[in-house]
Amino acid sequence: MIEEQEKSAIIRLFHVYRHYGSKNALIDITLDVFKNEFLFISGHSGAGKTTLLKLMYLGESVSDGQIIIDGMNLSRISRNRIPYLRRNFGIVFQDYKLIPTKTVFENVALVLEAAGVKRRQIQKKVRSVLRTVGMEQRQKSLPPSLSGGEQQRVAVARAVVGDPKIILADEPTGSLDSDAADFIFDLLKRFHTRGATVVIATHDRELIKKAGDRVVHLTSGRLETPSNI
Amino acid sequence: MSLFIKKAIHDIRQNRFLNAVTVITIALSVLIVSAFMLFLINTTEIMNSWKNGIRIMAYLKQGTPAADIPGLKKKILTMYGTQEVLFISKSEALNLLKDQMQRQASLIDNLKENPLPDAFEIRMIPASQNWEKVEALAADIESLPQVVEVEYGQQWLGRFTNILNLFKLASYALGALFFLAAVFFVANTIRLVLYSRREEIEIMRLVGATNRFIKIPFYIEGIIQGGLGGMVGLAVLFVFFMLASSKVGQDFSAGYFTIRFLPPDILIFVIIGSMFIGWLGCYLSLKQFLKV
Ligand SMILES: Nc1ncnc2c1ncn2[C@@H]1O[C@H](COP(=O)(O)OP(=O)(O)OP(=O)(O)O)[C@@H](O)[C@H]1O
Ligand SMILES: [Mg+2]
Repeated sequence: MIEEQEKSAIIRLFHVYRHYGSKNALIDITLDVFKNEFLFISGHSGAGKTTLLKLMYLGESVSDGQIIIDGMNLSRISRNRIPYLRRNFGIVFQDYKLIPTKTVFENVALVLEAAGVKRRQIQKKVRSVLRTVGMEQRQKSLPPSLSGGEQQRVAVARAVVGDPKIILADEPTGSLDSDAADFIFDLLKRFHTRGATVVIATHDRELIKKAGDRVVHLTSGRLETPSNI
Repeated sequence: MSLFIKKAIHDIRQNRFLNAVTVITIALSVLIVSAFMLFLINTTEIMNSWKNGIRIMAYLKQGTPAADIPGLKKKILTMYGTQEVLFISKSEALNLLKDQMQRQASLIDNLKENPLPDAFEIRMIPASQNWEKVEALAADIESLPQVVEVEYGQQWLGRFTNILNLFKLASYALGALFFLAAVFFVANTIRLVLYSRREEIEIMRLVGATNRFIKIPFYIEGIIQGGLGGMVGLAVLFVFFMLASSKVGQDFSAGYFTIRFLPPDILIFVIIGSMFIGWLGCYLSLKQFLKV
């Protein structure tokens, strides 16, 4: 019984399609992600991993099908509720999406400012999370002056600073050597232990093997493993 | 709130050139419009001080019986726009004349008979001193059977009032025009700023920022631009005013009137108006931009 409750789905996709013009990026995806799960979405370049994540936070909308996030049906959500939906997520974007004209500190603080957190609290939280990712020395730097790995760490810091229910990480170890990749991976694991649901899109087989968690595989927009357990 | 103000100021600093251009545009518009206002206010003031001197003199027929006078006086008093009616008898008039002539007073003493008529001097309520009303009242008085002749103000004053009214109308039109131009300029600056920062705005949205959160700094930016523009425009006007009035004042104002700068309530009105311009410009471009 307790098992069942713990396994309640926080992300549910039902027959989701997404096409761009005549190109089908995702075809008939049905998938449940459970609370506090650590899930990998694997697949080759162009398989549709990024698109799948985008649909979850309404970066794009589905062409067909339904997505339910923590009980909210995304096709029924009104425009002005979208920001509140997104606050459920901490997102590590494949291309980081750091604001180049703002400092590392400001980039991370933005999430909390947008959520209306008090200034003193923001100071404390941002410092602490930058310490966790080992970037506190560079908090006044601008993103373009950082290395790829450093930017990725800042991106992770921004994703987790608001204590999100769900962390979506798109190739979080993409351009890193294995030590740096391990570091980021351990970080994500740590936030998972604290209770977050983590979804990682990656084609890094090493990483997947090491983790040993559930993996779903995308091939040309189709899900390979049966989504129901 | 202070966070938003900080952000707005930071933005203004980052886009210094664009912001400077906008502030200057607003300042120019404010300068021109408020220069017109300054001119209008002062000319109206001068006109009023002249008009306050407007009296209608009504001369009565020779031999109008003294018993008729109180009735006539009452009648004129009930006419629209009269404030005060003074009866000046022919002998009083003669004495006044004597006073005025002084040295030649003996000339008058030689007269066998007083040639002057009895008269009423009518003063008007200040509020009703527009030219048509003066003329209407004069006509009414002239239509009384005992009145032979009516004399009032200088005709040119009437013509001048008309020109002034035309000028007023023109400056309203001009004000509206400059208002639109300024709004357009602010809208354009904000649009450029928005465009240059569209990526940043997109990221803000992705991390859960509401439209409100994104918009507020822009509004503050627009209002600051407007306020600054208003103040700069008024300051420049004030400098011009000081230069001009120190010259004109000496040989002109002496006894008759003083030229004054815009009163405080109008200054505040202008600054609030220019802040509104900033706000409106922002509103227009944000509405367009955030819809997409
Ligand atoms: N905005 C778009 N317009 C047109 N086609 C798109 C768009 N976004 C994605 N696609 C197409 O959809 C498919 C899936 O793209 P997606 O970015 O999801 O792949 P991916 O699995 O994340 O690949 P990678 O590992 O290289 O990041 C690709 O063929 C891509 O060309
Ligand atoms: Mg991708």
